[in-house]
Amino acid sequence: MRGDQLPRGTPGGATPSQTAGPFVSIGTAWAAGRDLAQEGDPGSIVLTGTVLDGAGAPVTDAMLEFWQADRNGRFPATPATTWTGFARVLTDEKGRYRLTTCRPGPVSSTNPDLVEAPHIDISIFARGLLQRLITRAYFDDEPSNKEDPVLGSLAPDLRPRLLARCSSGSLPVAANALPMYHFDIHLQGDQETVFFAPW
Amino acid sequence: MNSLDPAMTTNGVGVAPDPPYDYAPYRSTHLRAPKMPLQRLPAGAADRYGPVFGPFPIGPTDNDLTAGQPGAPLGERIIVAGRLLDQAGKPVRQQLVEIWQANAAGRYWHQMDRHPAPLDPNFTGAGRCLTDDDGRYRFVTVKPGAYPWQNHAKAFRPAHIHFSVFGTSFVERLVTQMYFPGDPLLEIDPIFQSVRDRAAAERLVSKLDLSTTMDNWALGYTFDIIVGGRAATPPDP
Ligand SMILES: [Fe+2]
Repeated sequence: MRGDQLPRGTPGGATPSQTAGPFVSIGTAWAAGRDLAQEGDPGSIVLTGTVLDGAGAPVTDAMLEFWQADRNGRFPATPATTWTGFARVLTDEKGRYRLTTCRPGPVSSTNPDLVEAPHIDISIFARGLLQRLITRAYFDDEPSNKEDPVLGSLAPDLRPRLLARCSSGSLPVAANALPMYHFDIHLQGDQETVFFAPW
Repeated sequence: MNSLDPAMTTNGVGVAPDPPYDYAPYRSTHLRAPKMPLQRLPAGAADRYGPVFGPFPIGPTDNDLTAGQPGAPLGERIIVAGRLLDQAGKPVRQQLVEIWQANAAGRYWHQMDRHPAPLDPNFTGAGRCLTDDDGRYRFVTVKPGAYPWQNHAKAFRPAHIHFSVFGTSFVERLVTQMYFPGDPLLEIDPIFQSVRDRAAAERLVSKLDLSTTMDNWALGYTFDIIVGGRAATPPDP
């Protein structure tokens, strides 16, 4: 399965990762903070949360990159597509991030048995991370989570850690308010977020 | 097996020879490296086939870090060029390369950088470009200075340029650092040394290159970047 990879350490091998460091914003801020949907678009949502370290302190120097399918569960096939599915956000002085986007549809893949529940991939880059971390935010009010193969592959006590929680809950919401989903990212600790290998 | 020991992601199961998350000599990993095993995503997950970075505007001089200010920055002008390639050696075309770095005195244009070295009003230290159809990129900049950091007593980072690149798929996304040949600080830098495979670490060191050098103007360094991950073929529509 991995026969097409070059052996480690050969001249043609991959370039290793290094930390983005504390000043990642210098090189990346120009492309940060562009939402994937407007507040007025039908079906828009807000995904927001805080990145926290093992001492519970906010991670104020992180770069987050979001990658998701569109409303119909499609990833863009070419750069010409208007839907890029990609967004970048820098955490603020309280470690918070906020993205206005659309709620993605369920995602199918090359394997027809593998339909995934709506989710947003998140990559985290920061000082202290020698490689990026990758996680996924699912939606806590999504019925198809029960059939999702990724959630299903996790120990039951870990599954809730990948759920973004709709803050409105059962409270009445103003007609024009966007659904707000909260997803904190815990790098360590009792509630350590579930992270994925990128391959 | 569905989960991976974070410490093992570079050893046999990983694609790229990346450093471990948990690497004690680099102090900032203590509270930030995850403690639980990494989980595996199912083979064939559609998320792998991107991202498409999108139509962000890249200006014609965005790859010249010495331009755009009233005067020329202080320091040694250099050219840094190379190719962005995938594991099969194919060029990654028309993809984004971003860099950021300290100025020639070792100071970043950032409010959290407290190193008492001078800022240079003519150097903010950020650049970007798209690769061409051969996967080539090229930057004009100044050689960054070494700078102290709080990791341990008398800790100084070797001169480096931060690189951020997109491959053709999610698994190929890479943020790394480029170093300069012959720098004695590499031997005692925990971040460089976090790449345990010596040959892989050497791929982070640029090479002085006379064909990139411009006579009477600037030395040239080459730094090829090979993104990891299995070649990702998009699913049939
Ligand atoms: Fe740096």
